[in-house]
Amino acid sequence: MYSFDYHKPASLSDAAALLGKAEEGKLMAGGQTLIPTLKQRLARPTDLIDLGAIAELKGIKEEGGALVIGAMARHADVAASDVVKRMIPGLADLADNIGDAQVRNRGTIGGSIANSDPAADYPSAIVALNATVHTVKRTIAADAFFTGMFETALEEGEIITAIRFPRAEKAAYAKFRNPASRYAVVGAFVARTGGSVRVAITGAAPSVFRWTEAEAALSANWSAAAIDGLSVKADGLNADIHASADYRANLVKVMTKRAVLAAG
Amino acid sequence: MTVSVSITVNGKPVTRQVEGRTLLVQFLRETLGLTGTHVGCDTSQCGACVVHVDGRSVKSCTLLAAQADGCAVTTIEGLAAADGALHPMQAAFREHHALQCGFCTPGMVMSAVDLANRHPGGMDETTVREGLEGNICRCTGYHNIVKAVIAGADTMRGAPAKAAE
Ligand SMILES: Cc1cc2nc3c(=O)[nH]c(=O)nc-3n(C[C@H](O)[C@H](O)[C@H](O)COP(=O)(O)OP(=O)(O)OC[C@H]3O[C@@H](n4cnc5c(N)ncnc54)[C@H](O)[C@@H]3O)c2cc1C
Ligand code: FES
Ligand code: FES
Repeated sequence: MYSFDYHKPASLSDAAALLGKAEEGKLMAGGQTLIPTLKQRLARPTDLIDLGAIAELKGIKEEGGALVIGAMARHADVAASDVVKRMIPGLADLADNIGDAQVRNRGTIGGSIANSDPAADYPSAIVALNATVHTVKRTIAADAFFTGMFETALEEGEIITAIRFPRAEKAAYAKFRNPASRYAVVGAFVARTGGSVRVAITGAAPSVFRWTEAEAALSANWSAAAIDGLSVKADGLNADIHASADYRANLVKVMTKRAVLAAG
Repeated sequence: MTVSVSITVNGKPVTRQVEGRTLLVQFLRETLGLTGTHVGCDTSQCGACVVHVDGRSVKSCTLLAAQADGCAVTTIEGLAAADGALHPMQAAFREHHALQCGFCTPGMVMSAVDLANRHPGGMDETTVREGLEGNICRCTGYHNIVKAVIAGADTMRGAPAKAAE
């Protein structure tokens, strides 16, 4: 790791001021992705700004019928939260299956979505539940947030403060996980709210995407059987040592069906 | 620029000036000489470096010492009683032959204690295996570790201990 100046501001305004002053500032949430990146010298910030002491970024609450999760909520907090379990149990379940217990004790929802790893779990929930990402300067709709592999709509130095999830009638996540890292080889999040169904797929492509054919099929008939007649093209899907594009295409179907069954 | 870090380590408050990039595991091993916490992979995979920060298990190779400023840290050295009596989880690891080379053991025990604390009603084998996903052992094949964790957790919550098979 190259050396840097470490800061732990106690408020968002202090964090923003530190970022503004730094030659090359970097935000740190749980550090579960960032510290390994720094160790590999893939990044060389002059200043590291730890968001860990900012009270405004913590907390999970119900607000106006929606679920609001602070950016610094850890995966273990989301998994154990009574509010999340009551409002969107599928989301608590997703958080409970990220990485391992130690990663869940440090990693945060804000850090996960800011990172936009193609194999991360949370992006599928953000998109399928049609959540809104709140930052220090604006709100960003789920469909506009993830723009590519490790890319988001966030501007330089824009801090995520919270994520707001509308309550869904039915929602569940199913993932085929890499047995070593537990990241998603393919993960599917399905959600039904009112008459509308959203299906978001992670792990399969460079970035999370909506599977619109499945959304249409499930809107007409909310059952795993509705997916049977659909086919997924392997073109453009990820291929690596873990799985070929064809295998991932098949997993998209299988995981979507499992998610529908889990949602009930 | 160095930062001042104050941590209560195994019940004892310590304050040191360290570089911002100092990992918690380096702080424990190199600054404080507490070498019971091991570094296996240094890439957040193996769990040999697991310690508790404010009662929750974390990988100390993936945490800066400065992030733990103001926290209470417990390492494997902090588990046994002052008179040297082993913690029930340590005793269970010995009783059930849950280690061979012992390199993974400090992390396994720390993860297991956290897991047992979070399951006051007891745990089945699946829960233990899933709970230890962040800890890798190259020697034992895990079977005896799982037995030990179930037995250690039973003792921790005062249930009658089962003898080793
Ligand atoms: C062994 C291991 C297994 C894992 N398995 C999984 C898995 O199965 N599924 C999964 O989804 N993930 C997995 N992860 C990743 C884990 O969930 C991370 O916690 C997550 O990707 C990053 O969150 P963090 O809080 O640690 O962020 P950090 O590492 O601190 O930060 C990540 C990035 O986000 C930026 N950032 C952080 N917070 C904010 C904010 N509030 N506003 C703007 N930018 C911000 C940082 O600047 C940095 O660029 C795994 C990680 C490890 C080490
Ligand atoms: S040394 Fe920390 S996880 Fe391996
Ligand atoms: S006992 Fe040798 S690695 Fe576990």
